[in-house]
This record gives sequence, structure tokens and C-alpha cells, in this order.
Amino acid sequence: MAEVNYNGVAVVIEQREGKIQPVAYELLGKARELADTRKQDVIAIIPGYNISETAKELVGFGADKVVVIDNIVLELYSTEVYVKAVFAAIKDVNPEIVLFGATSIGRDLAPRVSARVHTGLTADCTSLDIDEETGNLLMTRPAFGGNIMATIICPDFRPQMSTVRPGVMIKSEYDSARTGEVEILDVELSAMDMNVEILEYVKETGKKVNIEDATVLVSAGRGVGGPENIAPLEGLADQLGGEVSGSRAVIDAGWLPKEHQVGQTGKTVRPDLYFAMGISGQIQHIAGMEDSEFIIAVNKNPQAPIFDVADVGIVGDVHKVIPALKDELEALKKDKDVEAVK
Amino acid sequence: MNIGVLVKPVPDPEQYNSITIDPETKRLNRSGVPTIVNPSDKCAVEAALKLKEKFGGKIVIFTMAPPDGREKLMEVLAMGADEAVLVSDREFGGADTLATSYTLVKAVEKKSAESESFDLILSGNESADGATGHVPAQVGEMLGFNHLSAIVQIVAEGEGRPDSLTVFQKIENGKNEFEIKLPAVIGVTRDINKPRYTSAMGVIKAKKKPFDTYDCEALSPDKSRIGIEGSPTKAGAIFTPDTGRKSEELSGSPEEIAEELVKRIKAIGVTINSGGGCRE
Repeated sequence: MAEVNYNGVAVVIEQREGKIQPVAYELLGKARELADTRKQDVIAIIPGYNISETAKELVGFGADKVVVIDNIVLELYSTEVYVKAVFAAIKDVNPEIVLFGATSIGRDLAPRVSARVHTGLTADCTSLDIDEETGNLLMTRPAFGGNIMATIICPDFRPQMSTVRPGVMIKSEYDSARTGEVEILDVELSAMDMNVEILEYVKETGKKVNIEDATVLVSAGRGVGGPENIAPLEGLADQLGGEVSGSRAVIDAGWLPKEHQVGQTGKTVRPDLYFAMGISGQIQHIAGMEDSEFIIAVNKNPQAPIFDVADVGIVGDVHKVIPALKDELEALKKDKDVEAVK
Repeated sequence: MNIGVLVKPVPDPEQYNSITIDPETKRLNRSGVPTIVNPSDKCAVEAALKLKEKFGGKIVIFTMAPPDGREKLMEVLAMGADEAVLVSDREFGGADTLATSYTLVKAVEKKSAESESFDLILSGNESADGATGHVPAQVGEMLGFNHLSAIVQIVAEGEGRPDSLTVFQKIENGKNEFEIKLPAVIGVTRDINKPRYTSAMGVIKAKKKPFDTYDCEALSPDKSRIGIEGSPTKAGAIFTPDTGRKSEELSGSPEEIAEELVKRIKAIGVTINSGGGCRE
């Protein structure tokens, strides 16, 4: 077998309905950092349909090279055609590292690609670093429900592959001054490859919530007492332009829908402000919110582990603190309105 | 309809809080944590039993585990599965997901060659301990079957041996409905069903069901693809997450606390809206 020269950090860009998903910008941010350390290029691999224009923007977000696989069979995600497209791009580019978002698509696609390439894959990474000497990617991920973190390496195989938790890495900033090339890669794909046929996409009813994108989260734990006590939290979230979220206990009890769950088995969030209301702070919860910019915790139990990760802790009753805080914010708003009239 | 189900014994997820790292050896200390059948794998067994009730056929359970994995297989046989295969050998130890998938595929292929081929391979979408979700996709790739992950519903319709299944997959903000041609590999989540309990009769019957043990020699695998040696990924350092942040305690009346909190909120630059929800 001819020696292949593996070079570059590739990111598999996820798009849905032609729209690039937020995690892609987070991966580009991290890929840029890794590539700069290795003095290599960032390569964005984007499969989809009618996405050539959108793909050009990826240069501004940090890609030195964009590989586009544009085909009607890639309009909606379907495993086999996407695996073929990504596999072809990897063989075309021979990168040292390939990153995927650990979304439902990324988690379906990456393991199949890794088996076809025959290389290692590390799932759900929350931190990526590089060993400058060996070029080994140090992939850190939670195990045992977030109680243990493990750093995984893939020393003997290239490319090194990883899925990365959404919401963990910092998005790259758009810079129109960046330059890069866009390559259209022709991959033979046919509808015959789609042995899995999508019949329907059923969108969940109700307001679309993406707690990962919220700048403020008011998060409920079992300590709020019951589903009837979620409304005051929503009121507070509204006052701060935020969303409500919850711990696993709250989601399991059915007080909030699953997509509001923060933690190891839910979502990783890093808002500017995180309220932990009646959340004791199980490690599996903390794993999902510890990178928040500022954390305010309210809990009756002074021993609650949540206080160890909070910036500000209040030992007390959430039902007393929330109304007082809402009044204070409301008063502030009124003062502002009066000033505006003046 | 012949169904293979892949199950894994895991430390009980309810007790992951008590898994620690030994400060001396830097190894995982999970003493006292019981081993159970991975919860979503149990759901896969239940899903297989439901399909068998509708379409007939047989269910073979596969597990790659040390010899004591037998106990867990007996439990699943007691639920109603027909046969069990324990894939067990020191040489398989320390496998990452790719090597595990390969080893399981060798076992599935051996079983298929000896009796009938499988229409469907089911497994939990991910194991509670590692939670990678790699195995269904990698097994699908190596068997040359389609796969779908994160399945929350399987629709069993029609008569006779089906050549496709309608399934629902959970994705962000919704569900996908798919028709998947068989043979296929399907990874199911815990939302799919509530696994049945084992009955005393089930336990008795389980003892008489066919039980195979495949060691390395029986599978004659490519040795460069099994165990720790055949695993592209290697575990490096393990550590407990650092969550240290100095908590400053606020006290006083709710009003005083609220006043202080608002100061902090303003200081970090969060925009304050009106209570009515209208945004500035």
C-alpha cells in the first residue's frame, strides 16, 4: 500500500434544508485552532443539494478549502448516500483529523464512515487538544454518565475521527477577508443507494426551542416542587429574553419536554447566565452546564453540590426568590420606561 | 422473521455516582456496582419479542463479555428469546467500538452460516457506560446491511416474512418516519417500549434453550482487528470532571437578594425585558 500523506483538519458540515447547522460553526472554530497548531489547512466537507453558494461562506468561517458534494439524492439526510459522499471526500483530501457534530445525523453517519475507512472514532467529545509532537488528537469525552472523563487517542490510524458535542466549542467568527478555494467533488451517487426511504419528517408541535442557543436559561430541578411551578420560571426567562430548561429529574417527571433537558443525557449549554433553580447538581447535570458564563444557584439544601459550581449561591426557597427577583426586574423596567418618556 | 439481538452487560447506570478513580492506581474503581443488561438493549429484546409475536421466527441473543456474561444471557432468554451466544475470549478483551463491532459481526456471520440468515439485527442505540452509539452503525457497515439509529417505534404490519419495516427515528425537534429494507440493523432507544419482566416459568425454560459459547478459535477472526491490539482508539488518562468554581453566598430577605441579583445580572450585560414578554 502506498504511503498516504495525511494532512489537514476536516469538518463534515451539517446542513438541514440547505441551512448550515450551528454546530458546524463551532467545529470550524475548533478545527481552525487545531490546524493552526499543526500548521495545516481546515477543510470543510459539505454534502447536500443546491448548496454550492452556501458552501462558499464557509471560507469566511475559517475553511481554507471547501469540498462540496452537490447532488439531488443528498437533499435530505439518508445514511448510505451520505456515507458514500463523505467517504469519497475523505479519500480525496486525506485529512489527519475529521470532526463531525454529535447531532442525530452526525451520530448516525460518523460510525459508519469510520468503519468504511477503518479507523478509530471517539464519540461525544467535550474537549479536543493536540499533541504537537505526535500529531495525536487528544479526545476527551465523558463516560459513566459524566462521572468519569476519559482522554482517548488514535495513535496508529489516520484520519483520527471524532464527534463533538454541540454547544461545547466556540463558534468561529465570520471574516469576509479570508480566502480559500471551493472544490466541487463529483461522486457517483444514485437513488438506488437509498435502501432507507424517508416517508415523512414530523416536526414536534409547539414553539421550537433550542436551549443551546439561549443566552439566558432558567433551569428547573426537582426542588421547584411540581409542574405547576414551571410557569413562574417561564415568566422570569421572558423578562431576561431567555428560555426555561430542566434537569433530568424534571424531564423524567414530565414537567418539561425532553428538548429542554440540560446534562449528560440532554444538551450541553453555555449561556451568559444560568439559573439553577432547585437543582441539587448531580454530576450528570453539571456536565451539561458548567461552562455557562455566570451561574446563579438557588437551593434549600446548603450541602447541594450545585453550589460548588455556582458563581452566586442562595440557600433558600425558589418560590420566595423568584417573585422578588421578578418584581425587582419589573421595577427596573418601569424606571427605564419613565426615563424614556422624559 | 429471524432476529439477532446484541446485548451488553454494563455497570448499573443508577449507581454511576459511586464509580470513582483509585487515586493510587489511577484505575476505575467500580466495586459494589452490580452488572445489569444494558437498559436500551433490554428494550431491543422486547422489540424483538413483539416482532416475533407478529411474524414468527426466532430470536438469537449475542453478547461479547467475560464468562460471567452467561448470567445476563440467561436473564434475556427468560424474557422469551430462543437462543443465546456468548462471545468470550481473553483475546477479545479491551476492544474499542470498532473491534467490538467486528467481533460481534463474526459471531453473527457464524450463526447465520450454521442455521438461517438474519432478517434483522436489533440492539440498544447505545450502552449506558460508554454511550457512543457506534455499534449499530458499524455492525451494519460490516455486515453490509442498512442501519438506522435512535429508533423509537417499529411498526409491525402485514403478513408473512416482511421485506421492509416502517420505523420512527427521534431527531432534534421531531421524528423521521422511514421505510427500511431488510436485512437491516436497528438501534433502539429506551422510549420504544417497556421491557417485560421475566416469569418463573421463563427462568425454567431458559435453562433448556440452546446456548453457544464462541471463543477466538471458533470465530477465526483477523487477529489484527480484535481486542486491545485491534482497536484503533486507545484509552489514555481518566479523571473526574473539574467543576471547581468559588461560590459566593448571598443572604438576606428575598427583596435584598433580588436587588443584589439584579446588580449582578446588569453587570454581566444581560438585557432586561418587560414582564409582558415584548422584546425591545
